[in-house]
Amino acid sequence: MEQFVNVTISGFISGMIYAAFALALVLIWRSTRIVNFAQGSMGAATSFIALTLIHSGQSYWVGFIVALASGFVLGAVIERVVIRPVERGPELNAVIVTLGLFVAIEAIIAIVAGNSFQSFPAPFGLRGFSVGGNTISLTPNGVFVIAAVLVTMVLLIGLFRFTRVGLAMRASAFGQEVARLLGVRTGRMLTLGWALAAVVGSLSGLLIAGGGLVHPAYMEGIIVYGFVAAVLGGLDSPVGAVVGGLVLGVLLSYVSGYLDSSLVGLAALVILMIVLLIKPSGLFSSRAARRA
Amino acid sequence: MADPGALSGSTPSGGTATAEAILEVQDLTTSYGPVRALDGVSLRAEVGRITAVLGANGAGKTTLLRTISGLVRSSRGKVLLGGADVTRAPVETMVTKGMSHVPEGRGVIAELTVDENLRVGTLFRGKVGKAEFDRVYDLFPRLVERRNQPAHVLSGGERQMLVIGRALLARPRVLLLDEPSLGLAPKIVAQIFGLVRGLVDAEGLSVLLVEQNARSALSVADVGVVLNLGRVVATDSAGSLLADEALRHAYLGF
Repeated sequence: MEQFVNVTISGFISGMIYAAFALALVLIWRSTRIVNFAQGSMGAATSFIALTLIHSGQSYWVGFIVALASGFVLGAVIERVVIRPVERGPELNAVIVTLGLFVAIEAIIAIVAGNSFQSFPAPFGLRGFSVGGNTISLTPNGVFVIAAVLVTMVLLIGLFRFTRVGLAMRASAFGQEVARLLGVRTGRMLTLGWALAAVVGSLSGLLIAGGGLVHPAYMEGIIVYGFVAAVLGGLDSPVGAVVGGLVLGVLLSYVSGYLDSSLVGLAALVILMIVLLIKPSGLFSSRAARRA
Repeated sequence: MADPGALSGSTPSGGTATAEAILEVQDLTTSYGPVRALDGVSLRAEVGRITAVLGANGAGKTTLLRTISGLVRSSRGKVLLGGADVTRAPVETMVTKGMSHVPEGRGVIAELTVDENLRVGTLFRGKVGKAEFDRVYDLFPRLVERRNQPAHVLSGGERQMLVIGRALLARPRVLLLDEPSLGLAPKIVAQIFGLVRGLVDAEGLSVLLVEQNARSALSVADVGVVLNLGRVVATDSAGSLLADEALRHAYLGF
């Protein structure tokens, strides 16, 4: 029983991180219909910026804020400069571009920060709480992870549902040409969408890094899980991204805890296969509404 | 001065003989690759009038509207709005200059609710009072009960009302309508055309109406411009065009 609780909790926490990554993917997919394969290395890049600041004496939180801010800028610049030229054309072009970015950014990180593994501080304690004399796998840092992702979700929902900017972004995503005719600066909205997604991606990069080791390719593991989570939840649904992330995190934790940790990667892909075979549009996909 | 209670941004012109042109197109040429969709088209849309653009499928009617509003780039010619050259003006700026374009296929954003669709129409304006939305709902009561439902549940006629209402919220001087009757029952078409005519007569709204249903369009329009293969083959008052049997048979299908 105790093992079950612990495995579930740690699965929930990693699930939250997959959820954050999946959320970033969904944001970009919804606004530009592009799968951003570079999301992982973008998150890694901003984490390394944070690490540089921390090593130079700044507090974790300064590094945290700067990482998120630089994520915003990075996302905006990438959309405007690299992605905008390929947004209209065949999807394959955008795929190739984001794959190329993925590789390029990782290489740049390696050039600037070196290839070695470096430890990344965690903002909160890493020792599990004591419950009834036993230590459970829920750590203060784990609580922070959960809270950070939930707060981000709530802020995003609020933005999209209740603000003019959010409405403009949704209009630009769902009906770009019509939105332009109505005077919406859709180009800016798409850039903003990428910028926000990159902030969420940076957050996931920081949450994974905390308390662990980072190196230029450290996000590669998460990329697969984040994609599977996004597909599981339905690429169009932010709620789906979070649920997909949690479900995936917990399931993979069971595989690791009860079967064998080396099977986790395989399990993720098996889950992906099952989703694609049974409900390819994902758990939370809304029936695609026909535009009229 | 535009009447603040009005739904459009124009003033009634009172039906005088030589009305000024709110929209003028001069020698407009647009190509899709090697195909000349518009070949030297010239026309005037007068203030406070409905100008119908007619012709068969592929005549260039939709391309004309898309070139005017800027979705498509012309290779030659000019578009003048209220006398100002807007030929190369970005699409997003046209509503601020007083032109609303309701595109082919209506352009309902199906994933958004009815109310959200209307609000998108006002985003460029800044804060818009509830009274203006209420006036749209008064004009189209069918939309009231659906205001918080996603727009994809609307029928064709209701969608047409939604996009016209949304266009009106921009307080336009000139309204470009692309085939509003498409796929609608005759009764609804008559209702919508009647409504547009009413807005023109009451508030001096100018309308450029693209229609394949020439008979219905001419019943409500003041002037007709007939296109064929990207060229203007006739420009005349609606009455004269209706009376010209040879022309009707040749280009208008009735």
